[in-house]
Amino acid sequence: MVNKQNFTPTRTPMPEQPADVRNKNFSEVALGYSKEDAMAEAARCLQCKKPLCQKGCPVEIDIKGFIKHLADGDIPSAYRVIKETNALPAVCGRVCPQESQCEGACILGKKYEPVAIGRLERFVADTFDSDSACEMITGHTACSLPNDQFKVACIGSGPSSLTVAGYLAARGVPVTVYEALHEVGGVLVYGIPEFRLPKNIVAREVGALWSKGVTFQPNYVGGKTVTVEDLFEDGYNAVFIGVGAGLPWFLNIPGENLVGVYSANEYLTRINLGRAYDFPNHDTPAPKAKNVAVIGGGNVAMDAARTALRLGAENVYITYRRTQEEMPARLEELHHAIEEGVQLELLTSPIAINGDENSHVKSMTLQVMELGEPDDSGRRRPVAVEGKTRELEVDMVVLAVGTGANPILLEATPGLDLNKWGYIVTDGETGETSIPNVYAGGDIAGGSATVISAMGAGRRAAKTIAEKLGV
Amino acid sequence: MSNKILIKKALIPGQTSMLVIDCPQIAKKAKPGNFVILRIHEKGERIPLTIADTDKEAGTITIVYLVVGKSSALLETLNEGDTILDVCGPLGKPTHIEKSGTVICVGGGTGIAAMHHIAKGHHLAGNHVVAIVGARSENMLLFCTELGYFCPELLIATDDGSTGHKGFVTDLLRERLEQDKDVAEVVAIGPVPMMEAVAKVTEPFGVKTTVSLNSIMVDGVGMCGACRCSVGGETKFACVDGPEFDGHEVDFNELRMRLTQYKEQEDLSMQMFRSCNCHGE
Repeated sequence: MVNKQNFTPTRTPMPEQPADVRNKNFSEVALGYSKEDAMAEAARCLQCKKPLCQKGCPVEIDIKGFIKHLADGDIPSAYRVIKETNALPAVCGRVCPQESQCEGACILGKKYEPVAIGRLERFVADTFDSDSACEMITGHTACSLPNDQFKVACIGSGPSSLTVAGYLAARGVPVTVYEALHEVGGVLVYGIPEFRLPKNIVAREVGALWSKGVTFQPNYVGGKTVTVEDLFEDGYNAVFIGVGAGLPWFLNIPGENLVGVYSANEYLTRINLGRAYDFPNHDTPAPKAKNVAVIGGGNVAMDAARTALRLGAENVYITYRRTQEEMPARLEELHHAIEEGVQLELLTSPIAINGDENSHVKSMTLQVMELGEPDDSGRRRPVAVEGKTRELEVDMVVLAVGTGANPILLEATPGLDLNKWGYIVTDGETGETSIPNVYAGGDIAGGSATVISAMGAGRRAAKTIAEKLGV
Repeated sequence: MSNKILIKKALIPGQTSMLVIDCPQIAKKAKPGNFVILRIHEKGERIPLTIADTDKEAGTITIVYLVVGKSSALLETLNEGDTILDVCGPLGKPTHIEKSGTVICVGGGTGIAAMHHIAKGHHLAGNHVVAIVGARSENMLLFCTELGYFCPELLIATDDGSTGHKGFVTDLLRERLEQDKDVAEVVAIGPVPMMEAVAKVTEPFGVKTTVSLNSIMVDGVGMCGACRCSVGGETKFACVDGPEFDGHEVDFNELRMRLTQYKEQEDLSMQMFRSCNCHGE
């Protein structure tokens, strides 16, 4: 059990920009640990004989191992341990839902606050700056030589593909990553705002892959500019599909196509990829409004709501049909949003969006809900309170109610088996699809999930590919 | 893909130009009806433009644009030998083309360029293509020579009567439909009011009518839904379900109002561009 002698029950606090300052800028909210903070926090780790945290990590980082090095002040060694299994630690340290993974499994958390594993990972990734690209990726100072007899292609450049590329590049296999948009990183770039994940952090991790010989082809749409069949004709030995699940869902309620109604994807893509927060210095226009409603309770809803505040909205509401308890967003993100001034409209479900004479949004009609019996997910089901509605005056609505599989690549790939939701069927162990040597992972294979679970899938597929190629 | 501009031709000086761009991979895949998304500089926005022609052997695509806002004004500053930062495509569903008999292709303004590619596709499929083109005046007509190579009938309308029929393309279309009961399809590409008017004209004749929607887009690959439009009461994405739809089913009012969404910002961008003349740097 806990070594009571030197034991701190609470974790070392993370310095942050004050809420009333940060809600007006796009700089990162959490500022990161100092070395002293990090070493103090690392010292809280019990170095369990059977660490549960590692089992809670989808890419199985040797968490206890890296924390040990960090506690000793040896950052390069800590970095190497993390990089053994994780190609994107600076990203994961910021956006992983640690509370339900590594930190959720931490034994300290049973009685006290768990070790702040994510913050430590972030500290190590940000602090260790290696000139050697090989070292950045593999953690080994000596890399295997390029193995030009094989080549592998990834379609999509999000976290799953970047993981595949990192894993195989470290074994000398040339990898080409095809990306539909003009910037590499997938959801890390278009979806997650700068205040949560700065783009230069993504660029640094991607840059490390570049210098290891991974080739990136932006503006290549899988299924349009290049098909899976084309890739095999070009001599690729294996193809990994990591195109995400980017097709936005709408609610099919009246008024959804009014001016001022956006999918979270449009809103966030304009702001993040198009840097519309910097309009007119950047050319992509940003939708602006005084009173904004964001529909949904996940991380994407939090991101959209916090972005709207930063763009000068006076009132930003998150409407969610259950209560705060059931919200799928990370606790930390929800807290950040509330601190910054986002207002919660709980137990409400929009039934209509109403427009003015110019077909512009002027209000939203909300159905008042209450919680009924638990459903299949174990969460209490929201039930409409008969006849009880109210109006919310807003001039912009952002729908953050989820996304589905984008059919472009799937329709252009005959023989690819899909499940009833339109996602690619893969072998759970190997990641292989119904087409030999075609693998898939991330949201396109399992529906919307987290960055780290996509990376876990990428890692499994990459391992299988490497074994088959004998590298 | 080099994205290098090999040929630039001013079709209407200062207003409409044609670019032939080196994009072998896109040229290889592009079909009539497809479009590309361009980005001109590091801080630029993504702009969709229909492919007006392709040459698979030369590895080139042709685009035609009208200078309306900052991005097209910036594009106009590029010359032969310059490179376009990003060219992404081919996007959208290609035009459905089969051997069906007589097809009337109606084009208005810059839309004539996109119509040209589709008319060519119908011609190559063995259809009898009737081209009806319209513009404000003779010097604003595009692609008439090229259309003449493969359209046995080329009917022209101008607002000022400087050439062809004085009036609208819809006058010529109605006349043609009254004469010939065996028209298999009408394709219309151009300004929204023109496409709407064409759909109104063809409706009583019961002729299949295809229009190509120029919705606002961001990614162009079905990810953002900016381009959504109502077709037959259902929401569709112009970028992946279209851009071509049944003209009798499209809610043109909604399209019109959605096209004005960023008008204020677009005007501001253009104003700044014009006043500083700094190419957006």
